[in-house]
Amino acid sequence: MLDPSPLAIRCANLTKRYDGRPPVDAVRGLDLEVAQGECFGLLGPNGAGKTTTIEILEGLMPATSGTVEVLGLSWGQADNEIRQRIGISLQETRLSEKLTVLETLTLFRSFYAKGYAPQDVLAKVSLEEKANALVGKLSGGQKQRLAVASALVGDPELLFLDEPTTGLDPQSRRQLWEIIREIRSAGRTVLLTTHYMDEAERLCDRVAIVDQGKVIALGTPHELILTLGGEHVVEFSLECDDDGRMPSRGELAELPAVSAVDFENSHIRLSVTEPHVVLPALLDCLGSRQCPLRSLTTRHASLEDVFVKLAGRHLDDEEPTT
Amino acid sequence: MMKTTPTQIDNRTYSPLGQIVLSRLREFYREPEALFWVYGFPILLVVGLGIAFRNQPVEQITVDVQAHSAAADVVEALSARPRFVAAVYSPQQTRLRLRTGKSDVVVSVSEDSPPGYEYTYDPSRPSSVLARNAVDDVLQRAAGREDVVAVSEKEFSEPGGRYIDFLVPGLLGMSLMGGGLWGVGFVTVDMRIRKLLKRFLATPMRKSDFLAGIMLSRMMFMVPEVLVLVVFARLAFDVRIFGSVATVVLLVLIGAVTFSGLGLLVAARPRTLEAVSGLMNLVMLPMWLLSGIFFSSDRFPEVAQPLIKILPLTALIDALRAVMQDGASLASQWSPILIMAAWSVASFYLALRFFRWT
Ligand SMILES: Nc1ncnc2c1ncn2[C@@H]1O[C@H](COP(=O)(O)OP(=O)(O)OP(=O)(O)O)[C@@H](O)[C@H]1O
Ligand SMILES: [Mg+2]
Repeated sequence: MLDPSPLAIRCANLTKRYDGRPPVDAVRGLDLEVAQGECFGLLGPNGAGKTTTIEILEGLMPATSGTVEVLGLSWGQADNEIRQRIGISLQETRLSEKLTVLETLTLFRSFYAKGYAPQDVLAKVSLEEKANALVGKLSGGQKQRLAVASALVGDPELLFLDEPTTGLDPQSRRQLWEIIREIRSAGRTVLLTTHYMDEAERLCDRVAIVDQGKVIALGTPHELILTLGGEHVVEFSLECDDDGRMPSRGELAELPAVSAVDFENSHIRLSVTEPHVVLPALLDCLGSRQCPLRSLTTRHASLEDVFVKLAGRHLDDEEPTT
Repeated sequence: MMKTTPTQIDNRTYSPLGQIVLSRLREFYREPEALFWVYGFPILLVVGLGIAFRNQPVEQITVDVQAHSAAADVVEALSARPRFVAAVYSPQQTRLRLRTGKSDVVVSVSEDSPPGYEYTYDPSRPSSVLARNAVDDVLQRAAGREDVVAVSEKEFSEPGGRYIDFLVPGLLGMSLMGGGLWGVGFVTVDMRIRKLLKRFLATPMRKSDFLAGIMLSRMMFMVPEVLVLVVFARLAFDVRIFGSVATVVLLVLIGAVTFSGLGLLVAARPRTLEAVSGLMNLVMLPMWLLSGIFFSSDRFPEVAQPLIKILPLTALIDALRAVMQDGASLASQWSPILIMAAWSVASFYLALRFFRWT
């Protein structure tokens, strides 16, 4: 190829308005560039516009405005070629319950000019022993793995997975992560959406945090966490909640290794670079004010903290009514 | 044997149309309830209607004779004919029995000389009127009346001319209509609701393969459906096909295509099963009423006839009856065939044009 475009997905200024009463602006000017071979995560709360975005990228609905390029091609010009080269798992599809796993995959395989043998795809998602089971008899995790298998059967260069692990138990989630990691290490590009920050953190090379139809942060999980000013979080609450013995925000910010201070109700959260430096200093400060601790925890900072910092609420909070 | 590893590319080609048809067939025969409704129901219908409208033996006429010295002669004259059941009763009894429908007519011998007869009957009851005339006929002849013209009677109950022979092509048409609309319409909307249509749209599947697959599988379900009905009607009621079997097969196929096309059209947009059921009934109701499944559509007023004749079910049933009952040729049925073809083309075109995948 003369044009070795390194981008698997490029979209610029994407907007989507659902007509209705009232109309809903689900996506409001979203830019995205996903390189070939990376695992990219769209992370955001319910209603952020993840499904809308991914379905526009998949060519399943038109954008209201903006440009979209998938594998260097545009929808409306090379639809069949794009479809031959991508694989998709929708957020909710109920595959035919009366077909067996293998029959389902053979059906999907028949739509592609090239791909894997259906049995081989089953091996990839560890469903070999369910080959002849009816889809209706599978567990939630097995159904989800079958959905991923149906996306893989055409040997796609680019895989779209919309919330592949939502509603699954921790073990099934880990099993799916393993499958996705393998796809990625085979050189495929993966775009997935999730509202689990731990999933994005562990699985994705880069993450775009989406809120109310816009990207509010973009980078590797590590980079995003670093924007907090420290990789660790010290959270504590005090017995002397509301009297004068309470340390002020400024006082806490002065402590060594503290880069940010957040008050959330009765909880105080410090973003810190080195917990072993800040803890003695914090205890000294509280001791001199005679304000005892009620609780204290330290942990690694997560993408959730990034979201909280940027959006002012938690990922699983309801969307603010605008 | 070659061992395949999970990363090996498989360059075999699978037929998408074949796979779609196969999937539909598998889903269908793995659903026992559906099997009953599709195959059991038409049989039940034929049995039920066949029994209700079977050719009954000639009706018995029950005649009460009021007690009188000449009553025995009357009973004897009547009983010589197998049609009549005659007996003597007291005046009170005869009145009660006539009123409650136990007898059809009461004969009383009058005291005049020569003796005359008086008939008491219920003019609002056809069987009573019939009985009065039949009894009169017998008694007049017994008294010596001569027929002026010789007549003979022949009962009309040959295969091909009975009600059941008329009914079976109607039921065949009805079942093709129901099967096509439900079989295609319901399944398609169900797939839309399950987001399966959207999932298919996300693959390189050709849309025409999908629609053709749905139609083709419908044709296949229909074969046993039609066979069951026709064979059962033949075995149980001796309903025969007087025209060419090949012509009947062709008409059935055209009918099936027409109604699957209508099913596809009805299913083109709805997003709920309620909506598609409503639409389906809206489409089928006029044909159930007007297309002459149970009685000839010619009974409707003249002004409505052009409208009734262009309904696809009327065309199908009329053509089936002409071929099955009267042995008409394929060529003579060009007009109903043309009507069905026009419906098929129009519904496919519109269905493809307005089909909603999401
Ligand atoms: N077909 C539709 N018609 C009208 N509004 C819609 C439609 N689909 C989605 N929306 C609205 O658009 C917004 C974005 O929805 P979207 O499904 O893209 O969110 P999401 O990020 O995928 O959420 P979730 O995590 O719950 O799947 C929501 O407010 C939703 O109510
Ligand atoms: Mg979603």
